[in-house]
Amino acid sequence: MRRTLLALTVLAAAALPGAAAADVIDKIKERGTLVVGVKTDYKPFGFRNPSGAIIGIEPDMAAEVAKKLGVKLELVSVVSANRMEFLRQGKIDLMIATMSDKPERRKVVQVVEPLYYSDAVNVLLSDKVKVTKWEQLKGAKLCGTTGAFYNKDVAAKYGAEIVSFDGSEKPLIALKQGNCIGYLYDQTFIAGKLLDDDWKKGYHMPLEGIMETPWAIAVAPGEDRLAKLMSDLTKEWMKAGYIVALEKKWGVKPTEYSVRMHKEYKGS
Amino acid sequence: MEAFYEWFRWLYEATGINLTIFYDAFDRNRMISGFWMTVRLCLLCIFFSIVIGVVGAWLQGSQLKWTRRAVHGFIALFRDTPPLVQIYFFYFGLGALLPRVDNAFGIPEPILTNVQWAVISLSLFAGAFNVEIFRSGIEAVPKATVEAAEALGYSRLRAYIHVVLPLAVRICLPALNNNIVNLVKTTTLAYAIAVPEMLYVTKQIWSDATNVPEMMVFLLLAYVFLVGCVVWVMARIERWLKVPGIGL
Repeated sequence: MRRTLLALTVLAAAALPGAAAADVIDKIKERGTLVVGVKTDYKPFGFRNPSGAIIGIEPDMAAEVAKKLGVKLELVSVVSANRMEFLRQGKIDLMIATMSDKPERRKVVQVVEPLYYSDAVNVLLSDKVKVTKWEQLKGAKLCGTTGAFYNKDVAAKYGAEIVSFDGSEKPLIALKQGNCIGYLYDQTFIAGKLLDDDWKKGYHMPLEGIMETPWAIAVAPGEDRLAKLMSDLTKEWMKAGYIVALEKKWGVKPTEYSVRMHKEYKGS
Repeated sequence: MEAFYEWFRWLYEATGINLTIFYDAFDRNRMISGFWMTVRLCLLCIFFSIVIGVVGAWLQGSQLKWTRRAVHGFIALFRDTPPLVQIYFFYFGLGALLPRVDNAFGIPEPILTNVQWAVISLSLFAGAFNVEIFRSGIEAVPKATVEAAEALGYSRLRAYIHVVLPLAVRICLPALNNNIVNLVKTTTLAYAIAVPEMLYVTKQIWSDATNVPEMMVFLLLAYVFLVGCVVWVMARIERWLKVPGIGL
């Protein structure tokens, strides 16, 4: 028994410094490539062009990081269900994948601060609906997705009637058919939809986003050097207005958050 | 009343059993309106499905070949397809072809709402079964009785209304009760097209308050109560229509 314990202690002692010594930045430099997990189904944040290459706002940011480190870039497609696992397993070095910052996620991965982006709740409206304030939607029928955390709040606060369906396809069909006047959903999703030919004409997003929830870039737990590097880089981006520029480049109306952060860091 | 509601807040804090439908006014109001929506759906669908059943069964006994074939086609279509598929077909499929009227925002809106589509499609679904149920009753009426009515100078329609149907209804009541109970339970499918009935409201509440087990149990009990009421009323009707001596 005593021997086993001793052996275990020795093993643990051997393993711990080993993990700390092989810093992910050293590994990236040795390998010559930075592996970043991005989304491929979230236009314009990460999607595939007709030839299959992954492009978008987040791949552009990843390319900046690789340039900074002086290595080549490799993009790996992730989805919400596997992105944190990939990071923990070392399949990816860095994750920039539209992840909302939530306390339970901070327990699993290391979040880079300041938070690089923020998403709000908004409503995709028909061009014929001329409103400037959320209060004007009182009594109006809005399509929604069942399970979205803001449905109740919007109904209770602004008096809109939420007609919600499973998934995001059915509410969009219902909106096209005139069963509701708008679709209440993530602002970035709506901004992406407005780039589609199907929705470009006849629809708009005239209201200001509400109920902002920030997005986080993440590294594997314990990778303090990379986290620090990303943190500094994010501050640099905010100062230079890089995120606002990216939004413009990919046809998204700059969000209140990115404009505000740009102003804040430019001043400092 | 306030104390009663507050007791449920205390229950949540003390035991973790979260029944927001009692202590949260917003959730309470939407559950109450969901309950009435379910009751309304049930009553409307029961009424229309029985009308469809009675008329369909009469047309089925028609002398005209094409009328009979049309009724058969209707039964085949609505009895042999899943009710959820029918609801989607009506709302998303047929709904797109309807004429539209402009609403207050100037947006062309289909003239039928999701509630109306739910009533139409569920009535047709249950009605298709009712046609067959009434037919079974009609066929059980002795031929001699019908001939006697004809000998007394009744036309086919008159004989159907005054002689055949009253007897047939008594014969097919147990089967009809079954179908009505099924119909009450099928109204939950209307949630798929966002009709704010009880299942829809329950789903909204549990996705906001994450109290899935509590709401599941509540919903189950609510339907036991609702179907219990329906069964009780149908049993009363059955007793009231009883004709002593002829075994019906």
